[in-house]
Amino acid sequence: MSLMQEMSLRALDLGVPISVHFDITYRCNERCLHCYLDHDDHGEMTTSEIKRVLEELAGAGTFFLTFSGGEVLMRRDFFELLEYARHLMFSVRIKTNAVMIREAEARRMMELGVDQVQISIYSHRPEVHDAITKLPGSLQRSVEAIRFLTGQGLRVVIANVLMTANLGDGAGVQALARELGVPYTLDPTITPKMDGDTSILNLRIPGTELSQVFRNESLVGNVEEFCAPPPPPDEDVMEGYPCSAGHTLAYISPYGDVFPCVQFPLPSGNVRRQKFIEIWERSSQLKEVRSIRAKDLTVCSGCSHVGTCTRCPGLAYMEGSMRGPSTADCEKSFHRTGIASANMLRNLEDRSSPGGPLIQIQSAVA
Amino acid sequence: MTEKYIAKSSAIASRMLGGEMMIMSALDSTFFTLNPAATVVWQAADGRTALSEIVRNHVCREFDVDIEIAQRDVEHFVGELSQHGILLVSDRPFPKPSASPTEAA
Repeated sequence: MSLMQEMSLRALDLGVPISVHFDITYRCNERCLHCYLDHDDHGEMTTSEIKRVLEELAGAGTFFLTFSGGEVLMRRDFFELLEYARHLMFSVRIKTNAVMIREAEARRMMELGVDQVQISIYSHRPEVHDAITKLPGSLQRSVEAIRFLTGQGLRVVIANVLMTANLGDGAGVQALARELGVPYTLDPTITPKMDGDTSILNLRIPGTELSQVFRNESLVGNVEEFCAPPPPPDEDVMEGYPCSAGHTLAYISPYGDVFPCVQFPLPSGNVRRQKFIEIWERSSQLKEVRSIRAKDLTVCSGCSHVGTCTRCPGLAYMEGSMRGPSTADCEKSFHRTGIASANMLRNLEDRSSPGGPLIQIQSAVA
Repeated sequence: MTEKYIAKSSAIASRMLGGEMMIMSALDSTFFTLNPAATVVWQAADGRTALSEIVRNHVCREFDVDIEIAQRDVEHFVGELSQHGILLVSDRPFPKPSASPTEAA
């Protein structure tokens, strides 16, 4: 076990929010097709409010701090907040589209000891990337920024979201990342908008494409191992927690709302009204999240994928129940292994079309 | 023997977790955890207190250990962390740092 894993386990035992994802603004200079946010400013926290929250997080034991948005550099006080966070000894990661990062900003990030900068790139082709961001010239600006950042010695990761609008460009972005000398990550998850609007879900890629992604050795490593059928779940799995959301991870919005995770819109308190540690320790919502073991999951506890599925409790919550299945993750498990999830089988039975539905699943694998 | 002074690098992240100090180098993301004795040294590394004084007044006061053994172990620990750029070592006190944000707030 690595030191990092040991530390995560200790944080779990001690109930410490070791990681916090802090969206300091929802404003953005891009308007990405798949974005789940409302970009209007409905009353963001001020500089002094955020600094106070950072102090509270340091006191609560938070070590990993991700500044994200929106676009973090839309805040004029971004570097003041970053400097303050580093004075408080957080390990800081930044998620950005990097359009506003030039040499001076890159140098400042390096001076302040930023751990990693994650930059969204959706295609190696400007006509595709810029059509997704709806900001002409954005690919060129973001790629230039990557060069400024790596030139300073900063660690940069390219993050690509795979959707119907950039289908087929994954390899191109991967090659671009290689050329720039930075790691590449790919996420096929499209989440509903924060107001519950699910219209953007039609950007999700078809299952056949997911199957290809999961069989791309350069993305998943050992394909045979990655796509292997799940082993039977043992007691440790059934007594285990679904994920770190609310256990060692918290999310804070620009308005001070606290949630278990950025993908888990369960309002659990607000740091404008309460101290963060009070919310973390006393929120009934967070206590409920923490009470759930794999054995408590309504459908997934009886699913062969329960020990290996990437089931997101936040997506499950948005589907109707934090104890229920997350259909997007059911599909991932299915397209990874070729084995239908309990939720998929249940849905097919519910449709009660004799004989047909199971054949549909089998044909999708082929 | 030349006196040593130790100061924490600014290119690190650190936090106490369950009585042990976690430290990550911002230069190469190397991750360290310090045991309670090393944590005492780390916390006393203000750049102005001599290492021998840290051993005598902090380590030996908090742990039942012979001063010579403690001095040797601490020197080894300091050497290791300085190699990773986590601790800065000098034969004279470091300039006084500016106020921390908490102090300044």
